[in-house]
Amino acid sequence: MRARTRRLYTFGIAAVLLLAAAGLAFMALRQNANLFYTPQTLAEKGLPKEGREVKVGGWVEPGSLTYSADGATMMFTVMDNSDADIKVAFTGIAPDLFREGQGVVAIGQFSPDGTFTARQILAKHDENYQPRELRPEAIGG
Amino acid sequence: MIEAGHFAAFLALGAALAQTIFGLKGDRRWAGMSAVTGFGLMAFSFLTLVHAFAVSDFSLLLVANNSHTLKPMLYKIAGTWGNHEGSMALWALVTFAFGAAAAALMKTGRVNFEAHALGVQGFLTAGAMGYLLFASSPYLRLDPAPFQGAGLNPLLQDPALSFHPPMLYLGYVGYSFVFALAAAGMMDGRIDRVWAKEARRWSLAAFVPLTLGIALGSYWAYYELGWGGWWFWDPVENASLMPWLIGAALLHSVIVTEKRENFAAWTALLSVLAFLFSIMGAFLVRSGVLTSVHAFAVDPERGTILLFGLMVYGVLALGLFVWRGPSLKGAKPWLIVSREGALMANNIVLIVAALTVLLGTLFPLMAEAAGRTMSVGEPYFRLTFVPILAVLLVLLPVAQNWAWGKADLKQWTRWAIAGAALVAVFAALGIGIWKISLGAAFGLALGVWLIGGALWELRRRAVTLKRVFRVSPRVWGMTLAHMGIGLFIIGAVIETTERYETTVALAEGGSGEAAGWTLTLEDVRSIEGPNWYADKAVLTAVKGGVTTVLQPMKRYYPAARMPTTETAIFKTGTGDLYAALGEQRVVDGQARWVFRVYFNPLIDFVYFGVLLIGLGGCLSMVKVKR
Repeated sequence: MRARTRRLYTFGIAAVLLLAAAGLAFMALRQNANLFYTPQTLAEKGLPKEGREVKVGGWVEPGSLTYSADGATMMFTVMDNSDADIKVAFTGIAPDLFREGQGVVAIGQFSPDGTFTARQILAKHDENYQPRELRPEAIGG
Repeated sequence: MIEAGHFAAFLALGAALAQTIFGLKGDRRWAGMSAVTGFGLMAFSFLTLVHAFAVSDFSLLLVANNSHTLKPMLYKIAGTWGNHEGSMALWALVTFAFGAAAAALMKTGRVNFEAHALGVQGFLTAGAMGYLLFASSPYLRLDPAPFQGAGLNPLLQDPALSFHPPMLYLGYVGYSFVFALAAAGMMDGRIDRVWAKEARRWSLAAFVPLTLGIALGSYWAYYELGWGGWWFWDPVENASLMPWLIGAALLHSVIVTEKRENFAAWTALLSVLAFLFSIMGAFLVRSGVLTSVHAFAVDPERGTILLFGLMVYGVLALGLFVWRGPSLKGAKPWLIVSREGALMANNIVLIVAALTVLLGTLFPLMAEAAGRTMSVGEPYFRLTFVPILAVLLVLLPVAQNWAWGKADLKQWTRWAIAGAALVAVFAALGIGIWKISLGAAFGLALGVWLIGGALWELRRRAVTLKRVFRVSPRVWGMTLAHMGIGLFIIGAVIETTERYETTVALAEGGSGEAAGWTLTLEDVRSIEGPNWYADKAVLTAVKGGVTTVLQPMKRYYPAARMPTTETAIFKTGTGDLYAALGEQRVVDGQARWVFRVYFNPLIDFVYFGVLLIGLGGCLSMVKVKR
């Protein structure tokens, strides 16, 4: 093999690998980039495809927090400036600064009946840190 | 005191400029003297900052904003770099340190080349100093001085995290000197054996602390955040993983340059990229463009300056590369089935893996620019990064014994049979006896494959078993590092696939089940520390004949008005029983405390594996006189 041909092979292999990686990445991104829903966008767009992981954000409606009988699961309502709301269930420890009336972002899936089962809850982390999605301009506060 | 430190920092900037000018003029001696002088001045300046933190001098704005008299001494001192300005001062100091160390240690016999390397390093140092003094000064006074400071973010008040930033910076900044060597090599027109010997050692000097720094951060996240996992694909973690991957690629390509005087331009390019990715990491973390716990100085203006610096360095280095790269000599034809080919394949895969991480990290930013809010989480990385890297690791033991020039493939059937047998054995054991998933069984097989392969290669290099302790430290370094990867894979795969997690809410005196353990909440008491108070739960855990007491805490730091989680971990021998205390809930009139309980199998393999990689790197640096 001449050097030129060999170089061509190398580039070919690198290109194939890169394309495969790009394809993989593209697929993974399509399936896994989390779309963000507020109660309002949910009311406008409807439920995402079943099993699709998404993010839900808004404020925890004051007075809506309840627990399951064994105490492990917390249930609350997320609201925004619209009339719509989303019921969220989460099994686990609430973040340190989780409060009724405060902003919250939940990651998880919708059930067909419109309730949301969260895998993870993010709240304002400290005085300086706030999830991007919860900046006032994002949820109209 | 601080004024003296501030003044010394200006002198240090002068020394860095002198280092640049002398260096680029080719004056090795004076460039080296400037580097050492600059380092001394900056070390003094940094110590005045540390001193201000240690004695809680609140007339210094930085101390007032980030410290508190009640903090333990370790966190007062570590608080110096627990904020943006202080961490940049550390960055500048480490940049000087590498210049000074290089001035003392470089021995290539090429005066011009060494002078140029010091000059480029001086330029990078001057950049860091300029940024420190004019855009992010830690020396500002506050008048009148407040009576008390605002305290350090309590999450950062932790031993592992006290040393995480300095380690990480040694790594990031270490690549500044590798960059300088590449630039000087291109100016000199020689990226050859002599150059590679020097560059390999400095690459290791950056790679080892970077590896340990990442591990410290990950260990901290594991026990401090209370989320059970050790890697969250957080953008900030990714920011440190990318230079690590490029650095790993560089360590392998520089071998080809050293042994065969080949891949010269490619090695130079990787050297440049390793540093550019390091600064990009700093930019991503510091600019606040990413949402993260680490983004403690959210300041778009500074972000813009860092981005500008990144572009200046990038354009200069890549310009130099385009200009001088084609004239470099070390570029010879090579075969795919040869050691050169194997190392190039390693490089391509590592770079592609780094690119998938880059894409996953930047994608949310691009989506946001397009007006959509998105985030990319673990599933993306599991589908892209993991299989790409798996390809590399499966081939590693097979390809690492290929000969230079042209390897023969006679033995490939044996490797294939050994591999297939290993997979079959572990699949049978995993599913039949250990009851783990098929993926986990493959992961175990891969880990054993890597460890076995590394030992096999050691034996091959030593020729006979008796002589394994007489092979060079470098071969031992490679063996340990590759074994470390094997251990890491075992730990990572088993921990990720077989982790058990549950939530229980217990009343005092109540019991619950988790991971086969019976947990009884004895009581929850209030305790006080130097600058915090806490609820501490006392949980008795019983399984079989083993009884242990777990005492997870929820601390509250009044100075920062912020709570933290202190997990309790019991090492069972096969993994960690791990409990985090949550909030109190009132359920049907009864008060219950919520616990998140995990069993993290083989988690220690993850950290032990990474330690071995670091140790291997250290051994590889050892110079042997023949």
